[in-house]
Amino acid sequence: MRLTLRVWRQAGPDAPGRMARYEVTDVSPDMSFLEVLDTLNEELTLRGEEPVAFDHDCREGICGACGVVVNGQAHGPERTTACQLHMRHFADGDTIDVEPWRAAAFPVVKDLMVDRSALDRIVASGGYVTAPTGSAPEAHAMPVPKEDAERAFENAACIGCGACVAACPNGSAMLFTAAKAEHLGALPQGRVEGDRRVLAMVETMDDEGFGGCTNTGACATACPKGIPLPSIAAMNRGFLAAARRAR
Amino acid sequence: MAPATRTDTRPSTVTLIWRTTVGKKAVMAVTGVAMLLYLVVHMLGNLKIFFGPEDFNGYAHWLRTLGEPFLRYEWFLWFARAGLLASVVLHGLAAYQLTRLDRAARPVAYVHRDARRDYATRTMRWGGVILALFVVWHILDLTTGTVNPRGEAGNPYGNVVATFSTWYGNTIYCVAMLAVGLHVRHGLLSAGRTLGAVGRRSQHAVRVASETLALTLTAGFLAVPLAVMTGVVN
Ligand code: HEM
Ligand code: SF4
Ligand code: FES
Repeated sequence: MRLTLRVWRQAGPDAPGRMARYEVTDVSPDMSFLEVLDTLNEELTLRGEEPVAFDHDCREGICGACGVVVNGQAHGPERTTACQLHMRHFADGDTIDVEPWRAAAFPVVKDLMVDRSALDRIVASGGYVTAPTGSAPEAHAMPVPKEDAERAFENAACIGCGACVAACPNGSAMLFTAAKAEHLGALPQGRVEGDRRVLAMVETMDDEGFGGCTNTGACATACPKGIPLPSIAAMNRGFLAAARRAR
Repeated sequence: MAPATRTDTRPSTVTLIWRTTVGKKAVMAVTGVAMLLYLVVHMLGNLKIFFGPEDFNGYAHWLRTLGEPFLRYEWFLWFARAGLLASVVLHGLAAYQLTRLDRAARPVAYVHRDARRDYATRTMRWGGVILALFVVWHILDLTTGTVNPRGEAGNPYGNVVATFSTWYGNTIYCVAMLAVGLHVRHGLLSAGRTLGAVGRRSQHAVRVASETLALTLTAGFLAVPLAVMTGVVN
């Protein structure tokens, strides 16, 4: 396959950026999207040009590092991560736009790389969970209803990629924050700190400059891990209950 | 370094609600649903026009004497108006402030646009502005009679017929009712989610309810100008 890539190039956080056009030949349909960027970078290096900076780590869809917006969609047309997006979903001769996540809370570091540490600060503000550490706890010491365990597990699947923020028309981090809050809030271990956690996480989310939720569902459509939209409603319920109990 | 746990003292409920995006959205949801309940009653009341001038004007008069002798003349109406005014102001103010935050959260737009993504959000915002302008015109037209072609106090039937006998009255009204339909269609389900009342199991039912209500309200409100235009009501 032969592709035309239009890639966002920006030398540094404060430098101006622009879309640059590149031709990439010899693309195999079995390649991942990141491998196409690798191929482009090899060529750029050989030509003595600066390679395109992009984040990546595991390349197996579990670390959440590899966020790029492909043709206006976070992680591209398939519901997966960019590293697991295969070129068979594109046609020979296609022109593909590649842009960084766009959000005030995610400043561009370079080219396609953005700083997502705002997400870490949301999690950190949630504080600790009362759970014994050290040796593994006895499995039957604290029974958890199956439905709760599954809800916690479903939300724990969030890999912090930020695709929800990138896809949201308001640059909102509600799906991410809800996944974290619900993951811990669904379990008895996390329930003690539940009120304080959800209030602090929502406040931090706002302070970091993410937008609000308009319930469009663009986040859940883009989420590679299938974090469900109802998690947001559940967090809203938790937040409003905690706010009522606050003095 | 281990991150510090937030241990600062918690602000009051009101501060938490008005200061956070989640809380402010809840204010929009509550005021939105209050206005929605009002719209249902208003739409049903409007349909009395099909029973003729005595029925319709009598109903309008009854609204003023409602609650007597416990309340005095027009007290009920003024309580309702105060509630609606508070709702529309809070709703509009929260919408404005949240929209500003939302726009600031995406300072650089994507080069490759995906228009489907923010269709609902855009129609809610522009539809809301249309509704706000409509409410002003509607009050000046049929409540105070200031801009009504007839403007006869105590004869709402005649004033309604007068409005819908003008091209601009029909145009403004029909556009606004379509905006109401679109607003309610997204709004009711959205409010359910904002308040955390709609979960995994109920979301399908609430979506169907939102669409049904939107359609019913739009059809019910449009019935009146259509009836005047076709001469069924005159
Ligand atoms: C003053 C004029 C109005 C403005 C500026 C306005 C604007 C908005 C905006 C921007 C939203 C948020 C949209 C979103 O979440 O995607 C919204 C939501 C809503 N509006 Fe309005 N609106 C107005 C009037 C009304 C009226 C008359 C009703 C009654 C039918 C109404 C009912 C609702 C409901 C139920 C919601 C959902 C709240 C939520 O998402 O939690 N609005 N409005
Ligand atoms: S909720 Fe989904 S899209 Fe958002 S950060 Fe987590 S895994 Fe990524
Ligand atoms: S590189 Fe780890 S998820 Fe894509």
